[in-house]
Amino acid sequence: MAFISTGYNPQKPMEGRISDIGPRKYDEFLPEVIKKNFGKWVYHEILRPGVLVHVAESGDKIYTVRVGGARTMTITHVREICDIADKYCGGHVRWTTRSNIEFLCADEASMEKLCEDLKTRKFDGGSCKFPIGGTGAGVSNMIHTQGWLHCHTPATDSSGPVKCVMDTLFDEFTNMRLPAPVRVSLACCINMCGAVHCSDIGLVGIHRKPPMIDHQWADQLCEIPLAVAACPTAAVRPTKVELNGEKVNSVAVKQDRCMYCGNCYTMCQAMPIADSEGDGIAIMVGGKVSNRISMPKFSKVVVSYIPNEPPRWPTLTKTVKHIVEVYAANANKYERLGDWCERIGWESFFKLTGLEFTHHLIDDFREASYNTWRQSTQFKF
Amino acid sequence: MAKFQTPLLDQLESGPWPSFVSDIKQEAAARAKNPKGLDYQIPVDAPEDLLGIVELSYRDKETHWKHGGIVGVFGYGGGVIGRYCDRPEEYPGVAHFHTIRVNQPAGKYYTTDFLRQLCDIWDLRGSGILNMHGSTGDIVFLGTQTPQLEEIFWELTHKMNNDLGGSGSNLRTPAACLGQSRCEFACYNTQDICYQLTQDYQDELHRPAFPYKFKFKFDGCPNGCVCAMARSDFAVIGTWKDDIKIDQEKVKAYVAGEFKPNAGAHAGRDWGKFDIQKEVVDLCPTHCMNWDGNKLSIKTADCVRCMHCINTMPRALHIGDERGASILVGAKAPVVEGAQMGSLLIPFIEVKPPYDEIKEVIEKIWDWWMEEGKNRERVGETMKRLSFQTLLEVTEVPAQPQQVRAPRANPFIFFKEDEVPGGWTRDITEFRKRHQR
Repeated sequence: MAFISTGYNPQKPMEGRISDIGPRKYDEFLPEVIKKNFGKWVYHEILRPGVLVHVAESGDKIYTVRVGGARTMTITHVREICDIADKYCGGHVRWTTRSNIEFLCADEASMEKLCEDLKTRKFDGGSCKFPIGGTGAGVSNMIHTQGWLHCHTPATDSSGPVKCVMDTLFDEFTNMRLPAPVRVSLACCINMCGAVHCSDIGLVGIHRKPPMIDHQWADQLCEIPLAVAACPTAAVRPTKVELNGEKVNSVAVKQDRCMYCGNCYTMCQAMPIADSEGDGIAIMVGGKVSNRISMPKFSKVVVSYIPNEPPRWPTLTKTVKHIVEVYAANANKYERLGDWCERIGWESFFKLTGLEFTHHLIDDFREASYNTWRQSTQFKF
Repeated sequence: MAKFQTPLLDQLESGPWPSFVSDIKQEAAARAKNPKGLDYQIPVDAPEDLLGIVELSYRDKETHWKHGGIVGVFGYGGGVIGRYCDRPEEYPGVAHFHTIRVNQPAGKYYTTDFLRQLCDIWDLRGSGILNMHGSTGDIVFLGTQTPQLEEIFWELTHKMNNDLGGSGSNLRTPAACLGQSRCEFACYNTQDICYQLTQDYQDELHRPAFPYKFKFKFDGCPNGCVCAMARSDFAVIGTWKDDIKIDQEKVKAYVAGEFKPNAGAHAGRDWGKFDIQKEVVDLCPTHCMNWDGNKLSIKTADCVRCMHCINTMPRALHIGDERGASILVGAKAPVVEGAQMGSLLIPFIEVKPPYDEIKEVIEKIWDWWMEEGKNRERVGETMKRLSFQTLLEVTEVPAQPQQVRAPRANPFIFFKEDEVPGGWTRDITEFRKRHQR
């Protein structure tokens, strides 16, 4: 490999440098019909799962075909998306917040041809490249994080369990037969880069063992006061330990105070926390971000731990599917999963789903936990 | 012939959902073939080594990535995240595998020209693997080596006129829903304010000067498609003050079954005939609606703009004309003190270029938080620690009942000394003249 220079000169980094220019302006990328009708849309309709039409005051229409996909994709795949967008969409395409791809067509005929084309495209392994769906009262694409593919603190993988969960819920992605939208997300540790704390179903990687301490390296790799300050429960303290006959600066962890957040490991790599037996996934349900009908709310933990079972995570996928099925069978039209839980009561949720209620599910973190205990004689048997 | 056997990952190629394993394999094959005759600037087999090391994680059930080192481009403190694997001898193609965040255009619309240029850069100078998009909204290049960072930055800025996104304790890449570009619910131009504020705060985005990360997100309406109030420190969410506009003829058309309710979102199941009383009026959270069989009326004073009626009958009901946004502050994911939702600071503010009124609020919050915030403390945590009242004081926003669900349920009120006549300095001798000890 011969290094190919762009013209950047490391000796004179400021020479010809362009910085602080920000992103390109959004309006450069808009299709003509959108530019023309910007801010003048009057209504939309979901023609069938994954296919929308938006109608403007002028009578102009734009057809959108929404397809799912892995958010981690390759340039080979992106170039294929470009070929499709060139052929059917005048060279325009967009992504949604939930990593769906949206092909935008100016007319109905192109939209129909595009849909036919997309259905034929498969990866060599057999999976769909561009499954059409993700609209209305169904399951949309999963928000997720990096996992074992690219992150240093995960308690589980992301792309793998997401693939498995979406395989399991595939018919809910391509249909609109649930009571309301079900947003499923996965964060591979409780840092929640994917912010899954307000999802109908949030899957969260958790550790269950306090960090190990690499005394040999602690003082060399870490700012010990930062590692101490990083602990939300004050479980980490500075200490001196005897190592090979020498006193070295290190840290100690009060294990029964540790909640395995890994925040100390983020600050100090001499405190690794990952563990094949300790790590796994907790399931949270009933959160939402929309203000529709009820106010936004956090997801609540209903399964405290499911072990990592690569490559197909069978216990996880079975449990998620079961929760969706019980919700679908029992909730009212328009009722989000969390609204349903609150209407019937959480005791009924556990009864209907058969999920085991354990002591792990009672909040004991900080004073706010009190607000989740029942201060009433009103409950259901 | 693949470089590594990946029997576990291979099981993720079956099933209908798009397989990232199949996709990475096709990239590995394309690089091996090298149809364009590129002189790949990082190891040609990086995708194969990536599959190899992920397969190892599937066996070990533990990650094989190490903490990031300090890497970046000259003059910036963010936008690049160092990444190294912990088995470099066996997987040299991913020994150094840094992430680059590229600032996405607001609303995530692209031309294929732009995407192809990105792909060409990443083909030559990276792994060919990317996230479309990262959780905060950036285009994320996954996997390159240190000598390529400046080169990629040079190509992005010189050829594509595009900058990096944020990382670390700085302003993170702002994000917006698609807003008025294709949505009839958008109460303001989300993309424009997102673009403008990103430009205005380039220094804050590239040079970490904050206690921790700070995110802006712009939702056009209370449906919240970009999740601003759950995911951003500063959430701007579209709303309006006047009446919901009602087209009574179209309401009747919904009742008569001429239009599908909720734009067809429930079409996959037979929910029976549309019942406006049951599905709209009775579900209104404040019961501010009435349907008399002929006319739908809404008592605007009681409406909380939840969007349910508008979502359910989009052809008949429209957002009002006196439009603006609510500002909610302090949302964050759980680390470290637990998740927080944004709290309503400003019930209504106009959203008009050049957005000075909103920027003033932002800058007052920053000034306070940079002064008072602890290391790695999100502004929501600072608010909890120092009180909502302090936030009101520093932003010069008056206290309003909209800001709380309920007034406090304890009488432990912190009065300021100047709020009490005579102040707090009292004379014990005078007191004793009235009261024996």
